[in-house]
Amino acid sequence: MRFSLGKYLLPTYVALTFLFLAIPIAYTFAFSFNDSIKSNIIWRGFTFDNWLDVCNQQEVCDAFANSVIVAVTATFISTVLGTMIAIALVRYRFKFRSATNLLLFLPLATPEVVMGAGLAAQFLDFGWPKGMGTVIIAHTMFTLSFVVVTVKARVATLDPALEEAGRDLYANPLQVFWKITFPLLLPGILAAAMLAFALSFDDFIITQFNSGAVDTFPKFVYTAAARGIPAEANVIGSFVFIVAIAIVLVVQIRSSIKQRKLAK
Amino acid sequence: MAFVALGGNAPAKAQTPTKTGRVALYLLLPGLFYLGLFFLTPLFSLILTSLKAPSPSGEIGRYEVAAEFGNYLYAVGQYLPQIIRSFGFALLATIIALAISYPIAYFIAVKARNKPLLKGLLLTLVIAPFFISMLLRTFAWKQIFSNDSWVVNTLKDIGIFGSDSYIIGTNFAVIFGLVYNFIPFMTLPIFSSLDRLDLRLVEAGGDLYANPFTTFRKITFPLSLPGVISGTLLTFIPISGDYVVASRDFLGGPDTAMIGNVVEANFLRIQDYPTASALSVLLMAAIVVLVSIYVRRSGTEDLL
Repeated sequence: MRFSLGKYLLPTYVALTFLFLAIPIAYTFAFSFNDSIKSNIIWRGFTFDNWLDVCNQQEVCDAFANSVIVAVTATFISTVLGTMIAIALVRYRFKFRSATNLLLFLPLATPEVVMGAGLAAQFLDFGWPKGMGTVIIAHTMFTLSFVVVTVKARVATLDPALEEAGRDLYANPLQVFWKITFPLLLPGILAAAMLAFALSFDDFIITQFNSGAVDTFPKFVYTAAARGIPAEANVIGSFVFIVAIAIVLVVQIRSSIKQRKLAK
Repeated sequence: MAFVALGGNAPAKAQTPTKTGRVALYLLLPGLFYLGLFFLTPLFSLILTSLKAPSPSGEIGRYEVAAEFGNYLYAVGQYLPQIIRSFGFALLATIIALAISYPIAYFIAVKARNKPLLKGLLLTLVIAPFFISMLLRTFAWKQIFSNDSWVVNTLKDIGIFGSDSYIIGTNFAVIFGLVYNFIPFMTLPIFSSLDRLDLRLVEAGGDLYANPFTTFRKITFPLSLPGVISGTLLTFIPISGDYVVASRDFLGGPDTAMIGNVVEANFLRIQDYPTASALSVLLMAAIVVLVSIYVRRSGTEDLL
């Protein structure tokens, strides 16, 4: 008796928790179809209008575009810099290794409000005006360590013998990198870039301290919360959600097919 | 989404670095220089700003370099409740999130171990909340628990709630929101530790007549400790500085403000940079002290 109860207890608990996790997602999604007038609080009926005319609320669209520009730029810079560091950490011997590791670990262990306020204080001291540039600088900074950790794991699985073979066949160091190292690292680099993009896209706190008058999507939502978030914001949130879930599912299905092939 | 990075833990077998030479320098310098300029020196800017004094011109938002240590006394004196609340909320939310997340991580890593499709699906469900803006999710909870909402009205109808009871703006609402937001951060690192748990060890425990509880306490839990530590850090640190959930526009009220809310208000609204900076420095110092004690006590210094 005890066993049959135990057998169902855990799966039931897991199912209920997942249901709980899904509630606000479902809510946001549902209210993206609300036929709202100004504030999107009370259910007034179903409509596709918000989806068909997202840019009806110009600020939402602008904020979304800014978020994409920031995330793409910051992801590119931090992925390049982070990959270089990851390769150096795994492959090379150098002095000050522990200091380097500490410098890379610290941003992961610092509350965002501290990084945000610190950077803002520095921009004030330097007299740099806040705007898109400062947001990109900030996002590159806080995503960099995540890229390093993610790519490092991939570099560590690389067999150095492959690169040696390349050198034995008279490839120059650049050829070895682009023909051997880079393609093998690519899955790790892509994973790191996706992580950096997601972190940047969803960041609010560091952005709020360093964006001045520029709105990103999360910042728009935060400001709008005081008077009610327009349904168009729910549309963008839901849209991003669908795209992201689709990407994750494709990646997972592909990797499980690969695993099955390997198993055969 | 920090878990992906920290939760991954050590790669299969770390190879010892062999190469030497200048290339390492070229690879490292740009990134480290960047972090130096935009992470490290800002921390010094923060300390510098925290000691500034108002400019003699009396203009709002103008300060000059000084050694005004009184700013710290003022900050602590003025905002002690918020400081205590931040760490109290962070501690409570971390413990609750751990209790909720551990069984989920265990189920995915152990019970679904040989079912790759189910495992993949469950992992996707854990990270699903990340794909929708944290602010939208928190705002959704605000609507769900708002004063005239179905939830609150039902609680009143059943008689659990008095006619003037409310949820939004209470400590409960803030802790609830924090727990919700950080369950995935807690679940994934624990999952990745349990995923590598050798089940033969658990079996051995049973063979030696340990009951399931003893086996869990002596074998499963200790082996999942690295994940528990990453998970608690990934939850505790961001929560201690969070100010979205506790904001009055989201789940908080007049008496739920945390350090982050005060830093935001002082820095961005009334432009009292020294007080905001002093509070940030105190928060950072507290985190560094707490984390190093915690990590040392739990004996996983290699995490750093």
